[in-house]
Amino acid sequence: MTLVELKDIRKSFSMGREEVEILHGISLSVEKGEFVAMMGPSGSGKSTTMNILGCLDKPTSGTYFLNGQNINDLESDELAVIRNRTIGFVFQGFNLLQKTSALENVELPLLYAGMQKKERRERAKEALIQMGLEDRLYHEPTQLSGGQQQRVAIARGIVNRAPILMADEPTGNLDSKTSDEIMGLFKKINEKEGTTILLVTHEPDVAAYAKRIVHFKDGMITSDEPNRMVKSA
Amino acid sequence: MISMTEISRTAVRALRRNKTRSMLTALGIIIGVAAVIAAFAVGQGANKSIDEQIASFGSNFIMVFPDRSASSASGTVRYITYDDALAVEREVSGIEAVAPMINTSAQLVYGNTNWSTSVIGSTPAYSLVQDREVEYGRNINDSDVRQGAKIAVIGKTIADKMFFGEDPVGRSIRIKKVPFTIIGVFRTKGQNTMGQDQDDLVLVPLTAAQRRLVRWNTPGRISTIYVKGVSMNALQYIQNETEVLMRERHRIRPGEPDDFSVRNISQMLEARRKTTAIMSMLLGSIAVISLVVGGIGIMNIMLVSVTERTREIGIRMAVGAKSRDIRFQFLIEAVVLSMVGGTLGIILGVFAGHALASFTAAPPIFSAGSIILAFVFSALVGIGFGYYPAWKASLLDPIDALKYE
Ligand SMILES: Nc1ncnc2c1ncn2[C@@H]1O[C@H](COP(=O)(O)OP(=O)(O)O)[C@@H](O)[C@H]1O
Ligand SMILES: [Mg+2]
Repeated sequence: MTLVELKDIRKSFSMGREEVEILHGISLSVEKGEFVAMMGPSGSGKSTTMNILGCLDKPTSGTYFLNGQNINDLESDELAVIRNRTIGFVFQGFNLLQKTSALENVELPLLYAGMQKKERRERAKEALIQMGLEDRLYHEPTQLSGGQQQRVAIARGIVNRAPILMADEPTGNLDSKTSDEIMGLFKKINEKEGTTILLVTHEPDVAAYAKRIVHFKDGMITSDEPNRMVKSA
Repeated sequence: MISMTEISRTAVRALRRNKTRSMLTALGIIIGVAAVIAAFAVGQGANKSIDEQIASFGSNFIMVFPDRSASSASGTVRYITYDDALAVEREVSGIEAVAPMINTSAQLVYGNTNWSTSVIGSTPAYSLVQDREVEYGRNINDSDVRQGAKIAVIGKTIADKMFFGEDPVGRSIRIKKVPFTIIGVFRTKGQNTMGQDQDDLVLVPLTAAQRRLVRWNTPGRISTIYVKGVSMNALQYIQNETEVLMRERHRIRPGEPDDFSVRNISQMLEARRKTTAIMSMLLGSIAVISLVVGGIGIMNIMLVSVTERTREIGIRMAVGAKSRDIRFQFLIEAVVLSMVGGTLGIILGVFAGHALASFTAAPPIFSAGSIILAFVFSALVGIGFGYYPAWKASLLDPIDALKYE
């Protein structure tokens, strides 16, 4: 089953008076259960593509089908529902709410899903335990290490049991040992829960965990191949 | 759909995170609401005391004074006389009592004690007109007035200040060095709404005052005539008739001004009621201005807060907050801020009302209506001035908000 389908996606930004095209026709389709790493040098358009995939940004042209639904036609509130139910998103800089406990951060997607407090607590706790943070439930971001913060962010990404987890350079701010731990978690989520994972990275060591590697260069996909030597944690 | 309680909880938490700023922001509302509460309470208190005053000393009387400005213009001074008072009593109908009065101030001496007070010379009708009762001893009577007896009825204050609990009845005091025998003490009336002590006075027979205390040259000259009507309704008629009669007696030709003036006590109280109303209006407009200023303060701080928390908004949108959720969150924050301000303002207003009322000598009245009004008004200010920042927050694009540094 095709979960994600990009067809000839183009994205331009206006730079002063000029329109500069950054993505020159990206086409990509991802099946359910895949673990895809998107690689490429800095400025090659990985994040721009990821933001479109995550329904945080809209393409200038081209079509995006997610779960068989055409995303181009949707209103901002409908996109909010998709970000809430269908996609979990993990950022390079964690993007946790400050002065807010890990538990409450993880509850956030459930809050906007309209879930009752008690059930929210249960589910958020479960997700944090799954990330190995059972003794950090009430810590605020400043009281956590980078790796722990990213685990909280991943817990927030999976708590609503969205079918797709997207991550843009999730290990970009972490040392290599911690990166391996985080990648191990992604791999586990992909294998145990069957969650489809789309990941952006420029580090081969990180991309090595994925089953499929897509290369970007200058706003275009230059190669798209299965990873023959998937790394295990 | 995210519930109101959840949004409120988020709002309160955000405000608590920035306590000092929240308090300072609410200050405008606090002052505004306090002013509303205090203005209403003081105004209502003053009105009630005016009503009580009307009810207690009977507003249904008029006073006749000589008008000095008119008499000096014509060159000759025409005083009001005892005969004028008798004529009014005889010829104007609808009258319950007429009290001719001489007002003077005098030094009282009893033993080593001195006391300066106002002395009234009048007839037994004085007690009727002023609703005064004698608590112990007796009042002056017609025969005292006929004889010009050197007797006096004193107010409670004088009994306290000069006799220190001793029974004053039967004692002799000197009024302007003339010995008078005290025959009674008036029941206390307390302060009037202007804060004047109504028990600091001495009543003596009119004739005794004329002969012993003022020694005026004009025969029969008095200071004032008090005329008490049978009812409030009769008052206007009595006033008109008295004016006609006085002009006749003083031989004032048509077109010439009166050499006396007739005043209606309820008119005087009405004038004071107007002054109170103006004061309330003034305070009320200060209140409205400061509520508006407070509202602008809230809007300002909410705009700053939206900018500062752009990233937070981006995060919330990224995990599924709809623009409505964001709008509500910031709107509720503004409303909570203004309602907390409103509540504190009500408390402050109660204190301020009591403090202000100490100047008007009438206890303030805090009505549930004004408190509810102030509360509702502050909530409306929160909604009114919080809407724009909240709306701006909800228009943010998720990706722009997330990229905001
Ligand atoms: N909002 C924007 N306005 C203008 N240019 C942008 C904007 N966002 C990204 N770019 C440009 O698009 C190109 C691709 O950026 P990005 O997708 O972030 O690359 P990557 O994630 O692969 O490093 C870069 O040259 C970047 O400068
Ligand atoms: Mg990038």
